[in-house]
Amino acid sequence: MRSKLLAASGVVAVAAAALTGCTPGASAESCTNEILQPDATQVSVWAWYPAFEQVVDLFNETHDEVQICWTNAGQGNDEYTKFSTAIESGSGAPDVIMLESEVLSSFSIRDSLVDLTEYGADDVKGDYSEGAWKDVSSGDAVYAIPVDGGPMGMLYRQDILDEYGIPVPTTWDEFAAAAQTLKDAGAPGVLADFPTNGRAYNQALFAQVGSTPFVYDNAKPTEIGIEVNDQPSKDVLAYWEKLAADGLVGTEDAFTADYNTKLVDGSYAIYIAAAWGPGYLGGLSDADADAVWRAAPVPQWDPANPVQINWGGSTFAVTTQAKDPEAAALVAKEVFGTEEAWKIGIEEAALFPLWKPILESDYFRDLEYPFFGGQQINKDVFLEAASGYTGFTFSPFQNYAYDQLTEQLYAMVQGEKDASKALDDLQASLEAYATEQGFTLQ
Amino acid sequence: MTSNTMEAAATSAVRSRRDAPPRPGGGARLVRRRQRWGWLFVAPFAVVFAIFLVLPLGYAFGMSLFTSTLATGTEFTGLANYAKAFTDPLFLEGMLRVLAYAVVMIPAQLLVALVAALVLDTLATRVSKLSRLLIFVPYAIPVVIGALMWSFLYSPRFGPAATIFSMVGLDAPNFLAADSIFGSLVNIVTWQWAGYYMIVIYAALRSIDPTIYEAARIDGANGWQTATRIKLPMISSSMVMVITFALIGTLQFFTEPVVLRSVAQGAIDAAYTPNMYAFSLAFSYSQFNYASAIAFSLGALVFAGSTVFLFLTRKQSGLK
Repeated sequence: MRSKLLAASGVVAVAAAALTGCTPGASAESCTNEILQPDATQVSVWAWYPAFEQVVDLFNETHDEVQICWTNAGQGNDEYTKFSTAIESGSGAPDVIMLESEVLSSFSIRDSLVDLTEYGADDVKGDYSEGAWKDVSSGDAVYAIPVDGGPMGMLYRQDILDEYGIPVPTTWDEFAAAAQTLKDAGAPGVLADFPTNGRAYNQALFAQVGSTPFVYDNAKPTEIGIEVNDQPSKDVLAYWEKLAADGLVGTEDAFTADYNTKLVDGSYAIYIAAAWGPGYLGGLSDADADAVWRAAPVPQWDPANPVQINWGGSTFAVTTQAKDPEAAALVAKEVFGTEEAWKIGIEEAALFPLWKPILESDYFRDLEYPFFGGQQINKDVFLEAASGYTGFTFSPFQNYAYDQLTEQLYAMVQGEKDASKALDDLQASLEAYATEQGFTLQ
Repeated sequence: MTSNTMEAAATSAVRSRRDAPPRPGGGARLVRRRQRWGWLFVAPFAVVFAIFLVLPLGYAFGMSLFTSTLATGTEFTGLANYAKAFTDPLFLEGMLRVLAYAVVMIPAQLLVALVAALVLDTLATRVSKLSRLLIFVPYAIPVVIGALMWSFLYSPRFGPAATIFSMVGLDAPNFLAADSIFGSLVNIVTWQWAGYYMIVIYAALRSIDPTIYEAARIDGANGWQTATRIKLPMISSSMVMVITFALIGTLQFFTEPVVLRSVAQGAIDAAYTPNMYAFSLAFSYSQFNYASAIAFSLGALVFAGSTVFLFLTRKQSGLK
């Protein structure tokens, strides 16, 4: 009797183990790609570029000792949610993870990223610009290897501007005048959109007038400086507040189906975008084939002293859960460390390289983009935008900061408060949050 | 296992008293044997229940007793997170908001479900079967898919409202704006759940003995009187059940606003409902401890709310 009972409970235990996925021996990771050298060290990587598969194959063909095992764990926040859970539970993170530079501090403060200076990050430092390197470092520590950047430019519909006789704006004053002309002419669309949920985009608009919202250094992880309500930022926001209130720009949420349609159907004549913008536009299924897109530098406040800005950019970081940090660091450094890999990235995924050998090559400078009617947009716009970029510091609670920014901007376009009050309120909420999280305000 | 054995012993004691006089020896052994088999059959459920409900709940409660901040690490703070939760304006505003939803949404769902069920109950044609199915269909659609579908229907660009309003030369109202999002969400939830509640009420109506209606007719009751004075009181226990479900569901409001947030981030903030607040805290802001406390506080309020409701309606529900 007893033995029967034991046997039965054994069956139950096995069934339960199978349900929870705790079956011992089932730890082999599933890779999307094929492993060419089964005996080599395997490094698991989370990355979301669709064209990444070819880059992985290239890496695996050229590395006998290390093989990449790639999984697409979702883009941006989808991936971060999974990673965050893995950090909290202490297991389940990949060896190498693709992160946007804006969230590096948020993860490094949770001790989830390896400082790559121990693993030869300095060997490749010379391959990247100062701004790009600053984005991935904090103090002396380096938390990731840069991949692509988002130097910003202005993508515009030449056909629409021509129809209404509007010259391509080079300053924000001309931009506002163009918006007025378009409205006075009774055009069906508006000049551009001011998305209250633009997050990094809105941040970049403030950065153009010198906003440095956060001062943060990993060497002193409990101290933070916050300044989001400086006068230049308030002026920029007041500018957009007026445009929105006068109905000269739209205020639709970005990255929704509605917004995507409006980007390509002529509802917006201008799309202030990062270098990856054309890839984004081209990927929208309803893209208007007759639209004439061209690129120009982003409008300036002071044309005598142009300021370049950056919107996003991705990196490869090594997690503290990496089984073999040495091999993982090698992958982070080398996966986008060849011209062949970059040609795939540029031509298949519309990435903007931060790796100097390709960034400074004739190939990249002279590349003609069919989307822009053969315009050499890198030479005309983005190379200069990238060279003028000096880096940016994000907060270790960037997601919270962005959510608060969205709420304040929305309240502003709803007419509940003006630009100045919106930024003051943002400052107050961020200070309160930082204090509550144990930071000392500088 | 101790409590189990104790319970088993207690049951067997009760039994042996009831089955008195017990046959010496053999009967007790038989009872024990039967109980052993009973436990064996319950065991799979008990294991799954423990692993997937009791353990995570215990773990989450344990987590909620600690406070971990970004800058200073984790420390034991006892019930401080709960004190914080019940003074946190975001949590309290979220609670008030779901209560407002409960006040509007539950009567709306109930009314649609009740009217549909009463009408379908009086019809006995093929049309009624089809209508029953059609009203029920939204419930068969996964909540996320339903909410996504509505986010497109509400879209000022793709939605039917744009077409309808443009026919008379007007701009369609923006269903996703801050002041209209409340109604838009009420509509989605009512659309999704009314059919399900209708089926519950309809089933209760079908179980009423038809001779009662005959008696009512003989007494001269018309259709309205039959519905309000006979049918309604007789299905009150089902109604209580339906309202309890709706109440619990509304207080835990989550999926629909989360899906709509992707198209209306300004109108639906990260702490729109307490459940969303817990989710944002845990997965966007990495505050797992405080998120656990919020989740437990919400659980406690839902438990208290439904208990009070069941107590107040104990007469109607027959749960005395």
